Amino acid sequence: MTAPAPTTLRLRRERVPAVLVLEDGRSFHGQAYGAVGETFGEAVFNTGMSGYQETLTDPSYHRQVVVMTAPQIGNTGWNDEDDESRRIWVAGFVVRDPARTPSNWRSLRPLDEELTTQGVVGISGIDTRALTRHLRERGAMRVGIFSGPALADEATLLSRVLQAPEMKGADLCAEVATTEPYIVPAVGGKRFTVAAVDLGIKAMTPQRMAERGIEVHVLPANSTVEDIYAVNPDGVFFSNGPGDPATADHQVAVMQGVLERKTPLFGICFGNQILGRALGFGTYKLKYGHRGINQPVQDRTTGKVEVTAHNHGFAVNAPLDKVSDTPYGRAEVSHVCLNDDVVEGLQCLDTPAFSVQYHPEAAAGPHDAAYLFDRFVDLMAGAPAARTTAGS
Amino acid sequence: MPKRTDIKSVLVIGSGPIVIGQAAEFDYSGTQACRVLRSEGLRVVLVNSNPATIMTDPEIADATYVEPITPEFVEKIIAKERPDVLLPTLGGQTALNTAISLHENGTLDKYGVELIGANVEAIHKGEDRQLFKGVVEAVNAKIGHGESARSVICHTMDEIIAGVDTLGGYPVVVRPSFTMGGAGSGFAHDEEDLRRIAGQGLALSPTTEVLLEESILGWKEYELELMRDKSDNVVVVCSIENFDPMGVHTGDSITVAPAMTLTDREYQTLRDIGIAIIREVGVDTGGCNIQFAINPADGRIIVIEMNPRVSRSSALASKATGFPIAKIAAKLAVGYTLDEIPNDITEQTPASFEPTLDYVVVKVPRFAFEKFPSADATLTTTMKSVGEAMAMGRNFPEALNKALRSLEKKGSQFSWAGEPGDKDALLTKAQVPTDGRINTVMEAIRAGATQEEVFESTKIDPWFVDQLFLLDEIAAELAQAEKLTPELLRHAKRHGFSDQQVGEIRDLKPDVVREVRHALGIRPVFKTVDTCAAEFAAKTPYFYSSYDEESEVAPRTKPAVIILGSGPNRIGQGIEFDYSCVHASFALSEAGYETVMVNCNPETVSTDYDTSDRLYFEPLTLEDVLEIVHAEKQAGPLAGVIVQLGGQTPLGLAQALKDNGVPIVGTQPEAIDLAEERGAFGRVLKEAGLPAPKHGTAFSFDEAKAIADEIGYPVLARPSYVLGGRGMEIVYDEPSLASYLERHAGLISEHPVLIDRFLDDAVEIDVDALYDGTELYLGGVMEHIEEAGIHSGDSACALPPITLGGYDIKRLRTSTEGIAKGVGVRGLINIQFALSGDILYVLEANPRASRTVPFTSKATAVPLAKAAARISLGATIAELRAEGMLPAEGDGGTLPADAPISVKEAVMPWSRFRDVHGRGVDTVLGPEMRSTGEVMGIDKVFGTAYAKSQAGAYGALPTKGKVFVSVANRDKRNLVFPARALVELGFEVLATSGTAEVLQRGGIPATVVRKHSDGEGPNGERTIVQLIHDGEVDLIINTPYGTGGRLDGYEIRTAAVSRGVPCLTTVQAMGAAVQGIDALLRDEVGVMSLQEHAELINAGRK
Repeated sequence: MTAPAPTTLRLRRERVPAVLVLEDGRSFHGQAYGAVGETFGEAVFNTGMSGYQETLTDPSYHRQVVVMTAPQIGNTGWNDEDDESRRIWVAGFVVRDPARTPSNWRSLRPLDEELTTQGVVGISGIDTRALTRHLRERGAMRVGIFSGPALADEATLLSRVLQAPEMKGADLCAEVATTEPYIVPAVGGKRFTVAAVDLGIKAMTPQRMAERGIEVHVLPANSTVEDIYAVNPDGVFFSNGPGDPATADHQVAVMQGVLERKTPLFGICFGNQILGRALGFGTYKLKYGHRGINQPVQDRTTGKVEVTAHNHGFAVNAPLDKVSDTPYGRAEVSHVCLNDDVVEGLQCLDTPAFSVQYHPEAAAGPHDAAYLFDRFVDLMAGAPAARTTAGS
Repeated sequence: MPKRTDIKSVLVIGSGPIVIGQAAEFDYSGTQACRVLRSEGLRVVLVNSNPATIMTDPEIADATYVEPITPEFVEKIIAKERPDVLLPTLGGQTALNTAISLHENGTLDKYGVELIGANVEAIHKGEDRQLFKGVVEAVNAKIGHGESARSVICHTMDEIIAGVDTLGGYPVVVRPSFTMGGAGSGFAHDEEDLRRIAGQGLALSPTTEVLLEESILGWKEYELELMRDKSDNVVVVCSIENFDPMGVHTGDSITVAPAMTLTDREYQTLRDIGIAIIREVGVDTGGCNIQFAINPADGRIIVIEMNPRVSRSSALASKATGFPIAKIAAKLAVGYTLDEIPNDITEQTPASFEPTLDYVVVKVPRFAFEKFPSADATLTTTMKSVGEAMAMGRNFPEALNKALRSLEKKGSQFSWAGEPGDKDALLTKAQVPTDGRINTVMEAIRAGATQEEVFESTKIDPWFVDQLFLLDEIAAELAQAEKLTPELLRHAKRHGFSDQQVGEIRDLKPDVVREVRHALGIRPVFKTVDTCAAEFAAKTPYFYSSYDEESEVAPRTKPAVIILGSGPNRIGQGIEFDYSCVHASFALSEAGYETVMVNCNPETVSTDYDTSDRLYFEPLTLEDVLEIVHAEKQAGPLAGVIVQLGGQTPLGLAQALKDNGVPIVGTQPEAIDLAEERGAFGRVLKEAGLPAPKHGTAFSFDEAKAIADEIGYPVLARPSYVLGGRGMEIVYDEPSLASYLERHAGLISEHPVLIDRFLDDAVEIDVDALYDGTELYLGGVMEHIEEAGIHSGDSACALPPITLGGYDIKRLRTSTEGIAKGVGVRGLINIQFALSGDILYVLEANPRASRTVPFTSKATAVPLAKAAARISLGATIAELRAEGMLPAEGDGGTLPADAPISVKEAVMPWSRFRDVHGRGVDTVLGPEMRSTGEVMGIDKVFGTAYAKSQAGAYGALPTKGKVFVSVANRDKRNLVFPARALVELGFEVLATSGTAEVLQRGGIPATVVRKHSDGEGPNGERTIVQLIHDGEVDLIINTPYGTGGRLDGYEIRTAAVSRGVPCLTTVQAMGAAVQGIDALLRDEVGVMSLQEHAELINAGRK
C-alpha cells in the first residue's frame, strides 16, 4: 500500500485579531481566517457537517456571510474537482476551529490558502453556536467581519454594518450567472435538449442532467422566451440563485411564457420561487432560512421522506391543504419540509411543470432526491407534443 | 401508517450477562425499547438473565423473566406467555442468535409468534459473510460503488491453508462466522498464526466457518449507523471515524463522531452504499451498523461488515447525537414510520432526519490487562476492552483530552512531565496498537518525531496527527511562557487541558491552577446536545462542557440532587453501580427533586437523556464535577451530591468535594474513610465487640513480614482503597510476600498494604443493608458457594443463604447494625463476613452501594438503591416503610420460608484472552476479581436455581455423558458424595489416576484417563486435554492445587474454555451442580416472572 504524503505545509499563522459585528450590535471576537480586511453580508448559518467547498462555491450564497455550525472546518483541504462554480461566492466565512494540516488524497492546498487567494475575509475561534442561536432567535441579519487595518471601535464598525445593503429586495442573480450561453454535453447518447436559465446554477445540476442523456444549454439570467426557444428545447430549467424572488419579475414573465407553451419545466430553489410567483403565489423571507444537508422533506405524492440539501432564505406561500387554481390550471404543493411545514415543492396538474425548493443535485448533501431529475426526463419523454407548439 | 393494531403483546430478549463485546449498551437499548413498547399499550414480556440491568426491573416490563437466554428456556416462556411477536434486535448477538434458533427449531411457528424488526433472511444476509459479499456485489451493480475485500470462505484447515495463496499471501485476516464482538478473529502473518487463529475460529463459529480476507491493515476505518422504516425511509443517524486505522477492533479503537476527514463526495458515497445495503439486505425496520475501510492513498472503499441490529456503536451514536436509536427502532418495529415519530429533543421536528453535530465526540476504550498479566495486550480484530468513556467538546483536542481523563486510569492522560525517551524506540513501539498507544505517540512527538514519521509508524490519519502536534505545541507554549497569561490559560483550556495537566507543565498544584482560573473568570460553559446544531430550540437538558462563550444551563426552582455515576465500565465496577445511580434518580425525581446525572459512560442507562431531569456527559474528575456543581448552584438551589452509589469513582472524590464546600448527602466522606482506614475500622469493630481476622497495615516489607509472622501464613495481602480486589492475593510464604510487595509497589505507593489472616475453609457471607442513623434494614444475606478467598464478585452466591440458620442471621444483623452505627452510615452498607469454626469474622465493610445491590433488590423484591437515595436526603426507614417503598414489616433477613432461592453466578472473560504465544489464559478464581458480569438463577429450590444460573452463564449443565474429575488433595475427602451422585444420575466418571484411586476406594467406578503431562499413550490413548478438545467430555470438575503443580490444571481449564465445556473449579460448586443436574433430570424446571415471585414474597410477608 502506498501511503499518502502528509501535507508538510504547516500554517503557523499569527493570531490576527478579528471581530464580527451584527447589525443588532452583538459582536464576537476571534482571529482572522482567510483574507484579512473587512466584509459585509447577510449572516446565515449552515448546519452541514461536510461539503464546505461546495458551500463556498455555491452562487446562492452570494452576499451572505456563512457561519458553519460544524466546528472543525478545512480538514480535507481544497481540491479542484468539487467546486460548484468558478469561484467562492460567500461574502464572509465564520468557523470555530480551522484545520492546520488538511488530510485527503484529493487535497491540493489548505482551505485558508484558497480563501486568502480568493480574498474571502473570515473569522475563526468564535462561539459559532452562540452566534447560530442568536440568528435563530433574532433572524438572519446584516453582519460585518473586520480584521487587520479594518479594525476600529465597535460603534464605528456597527455603523459600517448598518450601511450595508439588506438581502430583502436584493436582485442578485445577474451578478452570479453566466453572461454567455454554454453547453454541457450529454453523457453517452443524447436524448433531450434542455434550456437551463442560470440564476446562479451549481455545476452539479447540469451534470445530473447530462448523466441522464440531456444536453444542457445554460443561458444567462436575463434570457428571453425567444432565447430559450432558440435552442429548440425539450424542456426548460430554472436554476437556484441568490437574492429576493420578489425582484425577479423578468424571470417570472419568461417562465410564464414557458408555461403557456406547456414545455416541460423544472425549477430548483430560486426556480421554485419563480414558479410560485408565475402561478400567482406569493413569496416571503424565512426568519433564518434552511441551510444544511439533513432536512426531512416529504414527497406528498408518494408519502416518502427524503433527506435533502437546503439553501434558501425565501419560500413560496402556497396552501398545503388544497389544490389551487392558477392561470395555468390546477397546481398543488408536492413537497413539504417536515421540520416546519415550509413549501418545498410545487407541481402543476394541467401543465408539465414542477419545481422544488431544495437541492436534488445535492453537492453538498445526500442524493435521496436525485429521482426528481428522472421525473423531469419522464416529463420530457411523455410530452413530445409540447415542443411542437413552441415555435408558433 | 400508524402503529399496528394486531399486536397485543411482545417478547423482548435481552443480552444476558455483561461480557467483553456485549456490555451495558444492551441494557440501555433494551430498557428504552421496553419503555417505549409499554407506553404504546403493549404487554411486554422480557427475558434476561442479568439481574444488574435496569431492563430487568419489575417496572420496566409487564412480565420480567430472569431466566437463562437459551432456546429451551425462552420456549418455556413463550408457551406460558404466548406473545404475538418477538423483537430480537435489541439484545445484541445473544438475542439474535436465540431468535434464529427458535425460528429454525420451529418454536416460533408452533406458537404463532412473529419476528418483528428483523427477518431471518435479512439476518442471514447481514451476518453470513458469503451472503453478505453477494449483497455488496449486488449493491455495486446497482449504484457503482462499494466492494468487499477479496476473500475466501473456508470450512476446514486444508481449505484455509490453500486459501492464503488465492489472496496473494500473508498477512490475511481470519474472521469466524456468527460470533459476537469479533470473537476469534485476528491477523495471521504466517502459517503458525493462521493455524492457531483459524483453528480456534472454526471451533467458535456455530457453523464451523471462517472467512480469510486480503489485508487492509492501516486503512481509514468508518462506521455508519442507519435506520429504516417499513415505508423504506432511511436515515443515517451518525458517522463514526476511527482514530486507530484498520487492524484494531472498532470496540478497541479510539473513535470520533462525526467523521472528520471525509469530503462531502466521499461521505455521500458511503451513505449511498449504506442505504443500498440496508435495502438489499432487507432489514425490515430498525437500526443497523455498517463498517467501511477507505484506502488513504486513493479512496478505494471496502465494505467490511454490517450488524443487522442495534449494536454497541448504536448506543454510542445515540449518546453522541441525542437520537435514541433503540427507542426509535422499537417504535418502527410496531409499525410507525420515521416521520410519525417526534424528535424528543426538539419536540417540534420529526425523527425522519439526520442529526447534525456542532461538537466533536471522542470515545476511548478501557482495558483490564492488569487483571490478566499473562494475556497479550496487542490490539487486534478481537475486542478486548471491558468498557469505554465518551466525551464531547467543541473541538477534537478538547473532546480527546476530556475522554482520556474520563478513563480515570493512571497514565491515561497526556503528560508532559519528564524526558520523553528515545524517538526511534517510541516510534517503533507505536507501530503496534496497544492500550495507551496514543500516549506513546505523544511521547514520540515530544521526542522530536515529525508528522510524517508518526504517520509512517502508525498510519493514523495526518489530520489527527496534526491535532496531537497542536496539543504538544500548546504544552510547549505553556511551559515556555514567562507568565501564565489569561489568554494562554484560556487557549489551553479551550483545547481540553485539565488543571492537573496545566499544573504539571507549570509546576503548580492543580488547585492552584483552579484558583487562578476562577480568579480570572475562566470557566467552562455548558452546551446542549440537540441533534440539530442549534437550528431548533432544544427541550432536553443534555449538556457537555466547553471553554466557549455562552452557557445554556437554564435556571430552575426545585432543589437539585447531583448524582455522580461510575464512569467507564471496568472489572470490579460495572453496570451494577449504574443501576443504583439510575434508581436514585428515579426515586428522587418522584420525591420532588430535580435530578442531575453526571457520567461519561455511553453504554449506560444513566447517560440516557430521559433518565434524569438533567444530564451532564462529563468526566468524573474533581475539576469537572466542581464546574458542574458551580453551574447548578447558579441555576437554582442544590440539595447536595450523592457519591455512595457510583462505586469507587465518586467515593474517591467525596472528601475533596466536601473540602471544596460541596454538600455531600448521605454517608459522609469521614465515615467512608473510617471504613477504609484499617486502624480506625478496627476500633469500630472493637467498640461493637466484633471479631475480625488478625490483620495489620504495612508500608514496607519488614512491617509486612512482621505482621505475617505473627498472624501465620497463608495471609491475604491487598492494597487499601481499591475496588474489585485489585492486587489482592493469597500469599503462602515469605518469598511470595516479598515478591508481592515488589509487584505492587505502584499500588501501595500512596496507601498502605493490608495483611489479613486468610481463613481457609470458611463460608463467606455478603450483607447489603440500609441504615438511617437509628434503624437497620437488612437488605439481604448472601452465602457464597465458593469458600472464602475467592473474590465476592467472582463467586457464586445464594440468597437467602442456604446453610445459615436463624441464629446466624441474628448475629449478622447485630454485627451489621454495630458497624453501620459505628461508621456513621446514612444509606447503604455492604459487609463481607466469614464464618469459620462458628466465629463470625468481619472481612470488610463498604459504606456504599455494592455490586450486589441489584441482585439483592431483585431477589427480595425491594428497591434498595431507591431507599438509599431517599435516606441520603433525610427520609427514615420508618417513613419508607409507611410509604410502601420498604415492606411494612420484616426485611431481607426475615424472608418467608417459601421465598424463592436466587443464585448469582459470575461470568468470566477467559475466552477473550490469549498470551503472546496464542495460548489461553488460566481460569482459576482468586481474590482478585476478574469477572465482567453476572447472571441470576431464581427458582423455588436451590438446585434448580443453581442449574439456571449455570445455564445463563456458561450454557446448560449436562444431564448425561462424561464428567471428568480432578481435584486437589484437600478436596478429595469432599469428592465422594457428589461423585457418587453423578454416577447415580447416569454419568460416566473420568479421572486421572490419583483422583480415580480415591473414587474407587469410595466404591465409585471411575475410568482412568491420561494426564496431559503424561502425553499420549503408546497405543494412541488420548490425554484428558485431547479428550476435551475432541468434544468427549461434558462436564469438568478441576480444583487448583495451590501454588505448585498447576500446569495440568491450566491445560485442562483452557481447553474447557476453548471448547465451551462447563468447568467447575471448586468442590462446593460441584455439590451445587449435582443438585442442579438432579433437578434438570426430574424435569421440574419451570419459569416464573419476577412479578410473580414478588407477589409470592409479598404475600408471605403479610
